[in-house]
Amino acid sequence: MLGTNLKHIKSEEEFNEVIKNNENVMICCGRMGPMCLPVYDVMENLEEKYENVKFYDMDFDIPEAHVLRNHQLARGFMGLPFTFYFKNGKAVKATSSIQNKKQIKSIIEEYLV
Amino acid sequence: MNAEHYDAIVLGAGAAGLSAGIYLARANLKTLIINEGSIGGQMVLTHAVANYPGVREASGREISQVMKNQAKEFGCDIESNVEITKLDLTSKKKMVEIDDDEIFTADVMILATGGKPRKLGAKNEDKFKGLGISYCATCDGDFYTGKDVIVVGGGNSALEEAVSLTKWVKSITVIHQFDNFQAHEYAIEQAEKNSKISFILESKITEYLGEQNVEGVIIQNQKTGEFSELKTDGVFVYIGYIPNTDKLKDVIHLNEREEVLSDENMQTNIKGVFVAGDVREKKYRQITTAVSDGTIAALSAIEYLQS
Ligand SMILES: Cc1cc2nc3c(=O)[nH]c(=O)nc-3n(C[C@H](O)[C@H](O)[C@H](O)COP(=O)(O)OP(=O)(O)OC[C@H]3O[C@@H](n4cnc5c(N)ncnc54)[C@H](O)[C@@H]3O)c2cc1C
Repeated sequence: MLGTNLKHIKSEEEFNEVIKNNENVMICCGRMGPMCLPVYDVMENLEEKYENVKFYDMDFDIPEAHVLRNHQLARGFMGLPFTFYFKNGKAVKATSSIQNKKQIKSIIEEYLV
Repeated sequence: MNAEHYDAIVLGAGAAGLSAGIYLARANLKTLIINEGSIGGQMVLTHAVANYPGVREASGREISQVMKNQAKEFGCDIESNVEITKLDLTSKKKMVEIDDDEIFTADVMILATGGKPRKLGAKNEDKFKGLGISYCATCDGDFYTGKDVIVVGGGNSALEEAVSLTKWVKSITVIHQFDNFQAHEYAIEQAEKNSKISFILESKITEYLGEQNVEGVIIQNQKTGEFSELKTDGVFVYIGYIPNTDKLKDVIHLNEREEVLSDENMQTNIKGVFVAGDVREKKYRQITTAVSDGTIAALSAIEYLQS
């Protein structure tokens, strides 16, 4: 489990539940490294601003994270974290490596809310 | 756009900025820390810190997590991983705009923007970030398991990271622009005796090649000027740190290395603007010296506000 203040997804079932039961979901799959931490910081900050988006993290190194590690949208990704955006259960966007607040906000605005 | 006013704004949430934030907030000043990168700055890149007194040994991330929580618990607000789109340091009321979106003002400002890894400036560098170009072996090394990679640089971090990458990769080519290394003897020795590491000296990467991911690079020999192509699965870049002063340089006095000049109380050339940490002109860049600078800058700022 990652040491962030976000909600964590710990299993495949939980992952399926989360994307099924919520219209807008952002999941950051990473470690506690310098490229991942800034993304978690932004998510913690945005959690207060976007009430209709759910923010989760997932530990890249647990076997269950294969749902994101091997996701079709993550093909060719070589940098952590892998960040996914889901709308009505479907992945609509994914990014590799660090993203800043502005980039994350603009993806949320374009694809989710 | 409405502006939110603070007593003090600190730019940068590394060791210097967080220390300043702790002192300012404890003095009951309404304090905001605005940070462009990750909270903790360079500390989060450090695997094990053994020379920070009072902490026997901890990862840089653990130390920064405690500093961040201390600052927050004393009441600091933190905006992190944002971009500063406007900055006014010269007016009496200082102003920062972030992400073209939010404006904050303050009576004093502390500049603690630290340093960042120098980029190569080769063609397609931004396109392949996270897709074959990395600045952190501990973060991304395992993606390159069994692959051929390049490490760029000739200092301690380049050679030490090259050796640490050999855990994962099949081969490493170290590319360095000069004909000798700036690293310590022991680092050079470790790299030279490792059979996975080979060297191309007096050469620079001028372009990254590939479709979605890096597949090769163009190298220019610095002596002959000749270009050649080298296939690779990834490139790790370690060519030093530069001070984060691009947004300050029009108004703040810098030295020829673009580091901020100050007096011993961390006062810059502008009234009400103080500086702390790696971004200032100084000889020793450590967590201890950043914390010390942050403390002095905050105490000077508090005295300035009271006067
Ligand atoms: C690999 C590595 C290992 C190290 N090991 C040790 C060690 O073992 N012991 C030790 O004492 N020191 C070590 N150091 C040095 C130490 O980490 C630094 O000296 C210290 O952390 C600097 O702190 P700082 O707050 O001045 O700057 P930084 O840590 O660079 O923090 C500055 C922050 O400001 C942000 N920023 C940049 N521009 C802006 C802007 N315009 N506006 C707002 N924010 C901005 C940056 O993103 C960053 O988050 C190491 C450094 C590295 C790179």
